[in-house]
Amino acid sequence: MSFLTHIRESIGSEVLSLFSALVVVVVGFSIATPLFLSASNFGSIAFQLPVLGLLTLAMMVPILSGGLNLAIIYTANISGLAMAAVLMHFGGAEASLGAFFLGAIAAIVVGGLSGLLMGLVVAYLGAHPILVSLAMMIFLRGLGEFLTHGGDISGFPPYMETLGHGSLIGVPVPLLIFLAAVFIWHIKLSRTQHGFSVYMIGSNIDAAEYSGLHTRRTLAMIYTLSGVICAVAGILMAARFNSVRVGHGEALLLVTVLACFLGGLDPFGGFGRVLPVVIALIILQCLSSGLNLIGANQHLSTAVWGLFLIGVMAMRWVTSRLRE
Amino acid sequence: MNTPNEFALQMRHVSKRFGGVQALDDVSLEVKVGEVHCLAGENGCGKSTLIKIVTGVHPPEHGAEISVFGHPVAAYSPTLARASGIAVIWQDLALFPHMSVAENIGFDEMVGAKPHLANLKSIRKRAQAVMTRLGVSLDLDARLNTLPIAERQVVAIARALISDARLIFMDEPTASLTQSETDALLDIVRTLSANGVAIVFVSHRLAEVLDIAERVTVVRDGRMVGVYPTKDMTQSRLGELMTGSSLESKVSARDMSSAEAVLDVVGLTRRDEFEDISFTVGRGEVVGVIGLIGSGRTELAHALIGMSQPEAGTIRLNNASISPRSIRDAIKVGIAYVSEDRLSLGLVQQQSIADNAVVSVLSRLLGYLGLISASKKSNLVDDWIERLAVKIGTSKDAVSTLSGGNQQRVVLAKWLATEPKLLILDSPTVGVDVGARAGIFKIVRQLAEQGIAILLISDEVTEAYFNSDRILHMADGRIQSEYNPIQTTVAALEEQIYA
Amino acid sequence: MRKFLTANPVELRLSVVLLILIAGLSLSTDTFLTVANITSLLNNNAVNLIWAVGLLVVLVAGGIDISFAVAASVVQYVAAKFLGSVGGGNWFIGFLTASMLGIGLGLINAALIHRFRVVSIVITIATFNAFFGLLMFFSSGRSIYTLPDWWTKKIFIFEHQSASGVWSELNLSVAVMCVCLVATLFLIRWTNIGRQLYAFGDNAEGARRAGVNIALMQAVAFGWCGLMAGIGGLMQVNIAKEVVPNALYGRELDVLAAVVLGGARLGGGRGTVFGCVLGVMFVAITQNGLNLLGVSPFAFQMIIGATILVAISTSNMSFDISGLFEHANPTGKKGVSR
Repeated sequence: MSFLTHIRESIGSEVLSLFSALVVVVVGFSIATPLFLSASNFGSIAFQLPVLGLLTLAMMVPILSGGLNLAIIYTANISGLAMAAVLMHFGGAEASLGAFFLGAIAAIVVGGLSGLLMGLVVAYLGAHPILVSLAMMIFLRGLGEFLTHGGDISGFPPYMETLGHGSLIGVPVPLLIFLAAVFIWHIKLSRTQHGFSVYMIGSNIDAAEYSGLHTRRTLAMIYTLSGVICAVAGILMAARFNSVRVGHGEALLLVTVLACFLGGLDPFGGFGRVLPVVIALIILQCLSSGLNLIGANQHLSTAVWGLFLIGVMAMRWVTSRLRE
Repeated sequence: MNTPNEFALQMRHVSKRFGGVQALDDVSLEVKVGEVHCLAGENGCGKSTLIKIVTGVHPPEHGAEISVFGHPVAAYSPTLARASGIAVIWQDLALFPHMSVAENIGFDEMVGAKPHLANLKSIRKRAQAVMTRLGVSLDLDARLNTLPIAERQVVAIARALISDARLIFMDEPTASLTQSETDALLDIVRTLSANGVAIVFVSHRLAEVLDIAERVTVVRDGRMVGVYPTKDMTQSRLGELMTGSSLESKVSARDMSSAEAVLDVVGLTRRDEFEDISFTVGRGEVVGVIGLIGSGRTELAHALIGMSQPEAGTIRLNNASISPRSIRDAIKVGIAYVSEDRLSLGLVQQQSIADNAVVSVLSRLLGYLGLISASKKSNLVDDWIERLAVKIGTSKDAVSTLSGGNQQRVVLAKWLATEPKLLILDSPTVGVDVGARAGIFKIVRQLAEQGIAILLISDEVTEAYFNSDRILHMADGRIQSEYNPIQTTVAALEEQIYA
Repeated sequence: MRKFLTANPVELRLSVVLLILIAGLSLSTDTFLTVANITSLLNNNAVNLIWAVGLLVVLVAGGIDISFAVAASVVQYVAAKFLGSVGGGNWFIGFLTASMLGIGLGLINAALIHRFRVVSIVITIATFNAFFGLLMFFSSGRSIYTLPDWWTKKIFIFEHQSASGVWSELNLSVAVMCVCLVATLFLIRWTNIGRQLYAFGDNAEGARRAGVNIALMQAVAFGWCGLMAGIGGLMQVNIAKEVVPNALYGRELDVLAAVVLGGARLGGGRGTVFGCVLGVMFVAITQNGLNLLGVSPFAFQMIIGATILVAISTSNMSFDISGLFEHANPTGKKGVSR
């Protein structure tokens, strides 16, 4: 085995092809505008990526298991709301750091519980994950509207500003949080019993059960962890926007699915890895900020994201035909 | 009858290549009008490809000559094949589970791009007429997925007949039928043949083949072996022709009466499944259970591994009473179960050989920080692949790329890794080539010699006869009798069981 | 009808629940069972129902369409621009334009799905982004208020004045909805094309072997869904009297929930027009009832979400129960397929 094929084997061909796509995007925009290859542009990408990235991680594992979680955005919103409520209770802008930790725990518990509820229904009642999470989405959206009456909660303590916009040794804090989550998700999927079970369940849940895996427990866990990472995204969103409003980030829902498919996840479950999905996210963010720099608006990049996915699907089809 | 229509089908010089694989190489098949003709060969020998060519799913390669009822055929499509009187009953039946029986039977009338009204009344009427012709009665409005498999098979036959098919291909039609259902099906086949319909019967059950067919065409590795009349053909000769090697079988039974009991089942009962089941399996003993589908054999296995709970009776393993509530409990106490349904339950087909091999022993692979250790995993996988002589490219390949025999070895590896005291094999040679079966049983024999108690469930008398130390016959949810292979013969056993 | 309901247990169960709901609301409020309330229920849900039957056809054929609501927005916007440029047009030209545009967008989905052998959820999420992004880009998010008179004029097909002097009426969209329902029913129930759609959704490989033209099936399913999206978009403008590019964003998931609640199976082969009506009306009547009972409007969505969650959890338990026990199967194997 030559050195190159060895590299290819160990990181996977989808990583290489996505990486080349990323290079094309970066080079293209660098030629189009000198502003693209600048510290400020990379800074803005680094601050924008984490929220979408965390939500994509929340979407990813349910897809790997053969399902989908359409409730991620409102889970994040409700979790953010839980934290905001705690902060408000302890004095709003004057709330101590202790209040923040309490709020974060409240957010994670709320996110985890709403995920757990979905997971239990999917695992033990056999309902289709798309339907369960869709109903959960409508419920959480309604709950949020009921609690906030459509308004937003703002006026957070100054450290929330640091969390959302600050840097630690030159690296944006949100990016650090995201990278930590990526690392944990990568290890979880590639090296733990839970991750192993996710892939098996995604391919064939009956055979997984017959092999002695805890299929029901794993399913419940998948949606619970998805809810937990939504909560982290919710906290980060609160810090980024300096407010919590139900409906914040609504437009990201289908973008996360798009990022997962772009990252090579099998829509039927069972196949897909964290690293390609992260590269896909970086591509999407580069497309968006690059288009922004050459004067197009956010909507054009939405369209380009969609067209880019179609293009990648077409390319995958062509290469699979060529291989035959 | 020396008219040009003496033959329902004549195919000569049919070849087909898929990428680098020569699936068919200059194969011929001739079927006479009204004949029951058998197409025999191991899995992957090209039988299915041949059927797909006749029915227009795949085009043949240049040089093939096909004529149907005396008319040469040039271009071919599913619609054209149907119009010329050819129908196929696929092994997976290719029916529509959420549609009614009548619509399934009359579906071909709906096919086509030209819009027209769906005349359900006339479809019902014609479906009813076909049912009458077959001498069966089914509720035409019932949704297909509410019917048992045997009745779905009848629906598939009716569907073939409604389009006035005069040449019907049946791909493994008896694979999931009970004995009485099989008999009923074979009666239908005889009726059809008497009415001038030609039938091409594909089956791996050699006894059945010799029983129903007049001639048999044997295909091996995509090449034609020959055409033989079944009159003076024996099962072992046919098996040899199919595999290309002689299949010498010896009774391997030993006297294991002094072996200490590993499994001791007393009075096990579960309503509508099995009743008052008592037996033992000793250390190192192979106990065969002969039972057809519906006899309660698989249900019994499910109770032993905790997939269902018996209502009465006890299970003791190594003198300790057990009542597993899940397959995980069963694994913990040392029971392993090789499912009869390897495709959907035995293995996760899309995933890698390595992952399938270790799926049941994940907790033993944990290393640093409770994470799965890549080296422990690959050591275990390599070890078992070597011990069971599984032929693979790399252990990262999907299990589905392996042959049936090698897949079954992976299943065995997976379960042996759990270090079981009792190994339950449920129809372990389904979908395994005749030639590869001996290898599987050689492993089973070695395992028994290492002291594992083995319960071998099978619906093939010969298989149980040659590979068990004792045989239990199960029918109607009960153990009917016990046999010692040394004191009986296959013929005698078959007679007693099928009587 | 009895035969139909026993063959479709989900529809049967939902009908019973809906009847209980209606009976309860009729008894507990004196406003529910009035002509004014019923006509407004129908007016408010006509467009959703048009979309629901369009989506139904795709679900029956084993696909899913996420893009139809934004496709409707695209149709609205392009039709408004086009009709403005040809001097206003009339209802006939309007229907023709909306239908053609809708079918065109649907066929884009069908072509991509068939050509590149990609599952419909991936393609329609991609086209969802592409349609919406391009629409917002070219419209700059600006609404259109100057529309041809015929388009925004209220047309009543039924008018009634109650004894107390309250006017109630049914508008044109209800008539169009009825036509769409009947047309869809005709297509999927009474034509060979419709039966092939069911068969394709039920067992794609079986249908292929039987000679069903797969490309045609995708085209019919997504074309029909696009057609309904276009017509629904046209009627929505008639009600709203304006074209707001992002007004329909997000409606796709609400309609999907209602259709699946009505018994359509993700994965194909099952679903009825009657079930769509039940699903949409169940959500509508629940909301209407909460309103009449004086519940805070902010709680509506929450209660509806909880109701759907309960309904889905319980109905799945019995309609897939055979599958559940056959293999002790914790979930129905994922249903979304090509």
